[in-house]
Amino acid sequence: MDYLIMNHTVEVDGPAPGTPEFQELMGRWMAYNQMLIDNGHWIGGGSLTPSAAATSVAKSGDSVKVTDGPFAETKEQIAGYYIIKADDLDEAIRLARAMPADDVVFEIRPIAFRPDA
Amino acid sequence: MREDGPRILSILASRFGDLDLADDAVQDAMIEAARTWPDRGVPPNVGGWLMTTARRRAQDRLRSAERARRRLEASAPLLDEQRWAPDVRLTDMIDEPRVAGPGGAVDEPTPPDERLRLLLLCCHPALNVDAQVALTLRLVGGLTTTEISAAFLIPEATLAQRIVRAKSKIRTAGIPLGLPDRLTDRLSAVLAVLYLVFNEGYLANDEANGSIRTDLVTEAIRLTRLVSELAPAEPEPLGLLALELFHQSRQTARIDALGDLVLLDDQDRATWDRHAIAEANRVLARAMKRMQPGPYQVQALIAAQHANAPTADETDWPTISSLYAQLDAMSASPVVRLNRAVAVAMTDGPLAGLEMLDQITDLDRYHLLWATRGELSRRACRAADARQAFTKALDLAPNAAERRHLERRLIALG
Repeated sequence: MDYLIMNHTVEVDGPAPGTPEFQELMGRWMAYNQMLIDNGHWIGGGSLTPSAAATSVAKSGDSVKVTDGPFAETKEQIAGYYIIKADDLDEAIRLARAMPADDVVFEIRPIAFRPDA
Repeated sequence: MREDGPRILSILASRFGDLDLADDAVQDAMIEAARTWPDRGVPPNVGGWLMTTARRRAQDRLRSAERARRRLEASAPLLDEQRWAPDVRLTDMIDEPRVAGPGGAVDEPTPPDERLRLLLLCCHPALNVDAQVALTLRLVGGLTTTEISAAFLIPEATLAQRIVRAKSKIRTAGIPLGLPDRLTDRLSAVLAVLYLVFNEGYLANDEANGSIRTDLVTEAIRLTRLVSELAPAEPEPLGLLALELFHQSRQTARIDALGDLVLLDDQDRATWDRHAIAEANRVLARAMKRMQPGPYQVQALIAAQHANAPTADETDWPTISSLYAQLDAMSASPVVRLNRAVAVAMTDGPLAGLEMLDQITDLDRYHLLWATRGELSRRACRAADARQAFTKALDLAPNAAERRHLERRLIALG
């Protein structure tokens, strides 16, 4: 099955690019991504810019309203996402838990249909 | 038949990898039994007959699903073959070789694994607790939706809907029928469901539905016993079983002829069920041998102190107080702290208990907090405080027996 994993987390400033801390953090994420690829779980994924860069577009009939900000103004925002292949929910949960992220809520949603699959 | 249904369901669910199909097939077999046995008589091997019939019905259902699939495929030839690939596995299963011949019913013992898998699936943390309870009683306990809805005092349609939603979540989210890496973590969810079912029956005493609801006590004990057999290396199922048996031993003593609550101190200990207590002691001793303490074992130890005290005065309160301290460290729940305060009051006096109650901040809406505060204030000769606390408890108490008890406490204050 295919699952979307969304990482909900409080937005804080991470280490700046170029610092050793940043290198170390990126190294851990790259190793995690490689593990997904090597084990055939990888479909896609990426980290997102902070929600300050978000734009919401509400469409209803002919009316289209573009506003600044994310869909929900909550303390936690989606910081990144993965689309993965897993045998079942338990495997998806194991993969989510293995991410090098802390103080995070992973929302796991089965993907009903992917036209590119 | 009560035992056969869940047993067969767990075998078929893991063989076909489809909980819904297995459940439908077992229902089909039960209906078939009700239809044909009155004329043809009950078959000599009931379990084997049901197993064979249910498996054939599962295969029939798969065949007709397969025909429907072929029709759909023929009318939509452009759809990618890949998308249909998983179904091929199901059709392979239809002709798997273990089908019994005509009349040759095979009675297969259920591998313990399969019932454990089914239990863990029903109590998967990705399902909400209401769904866990409903699925466990329905699929593992073999209760009907009518029985479960009556016991929980909810409309049958609500319960049926809850089960449909839970099965749908299992299917769409891909919750597996598998054994987890860390059995202990997942077992604790199973035990929490069983203890909830137990308490629902044990604490029930509304006159109209009392007896239906107390069936839940028996059912919870039966299932806890099953879990302890399915996971023999784990001590906590034995701990919960002992705890339930200790409580059950006082089930008749805790309610008087008028349906009123009788406090532990005032219960006639001669009416306690000695067999249940003896069994609970044996079960608890077996759990303790594993040397892996856990919250159910500690609660059972506390219950054992009460159950084995010949009179209320001989209760070993210092031991109970230190057991509550251990439990408090394990679970950090305000209700545990409340009970600990009671034990402390019995050991070190009501003022020490009240001091501990003052530290509980998040139970303001819980009637027993106020009832306890009232009782300890009364013992500390603070009548005004006691009156205020009992009145508050009376406002919050959920059932009639508890309200009557609190009214009597208020009158006794004078």
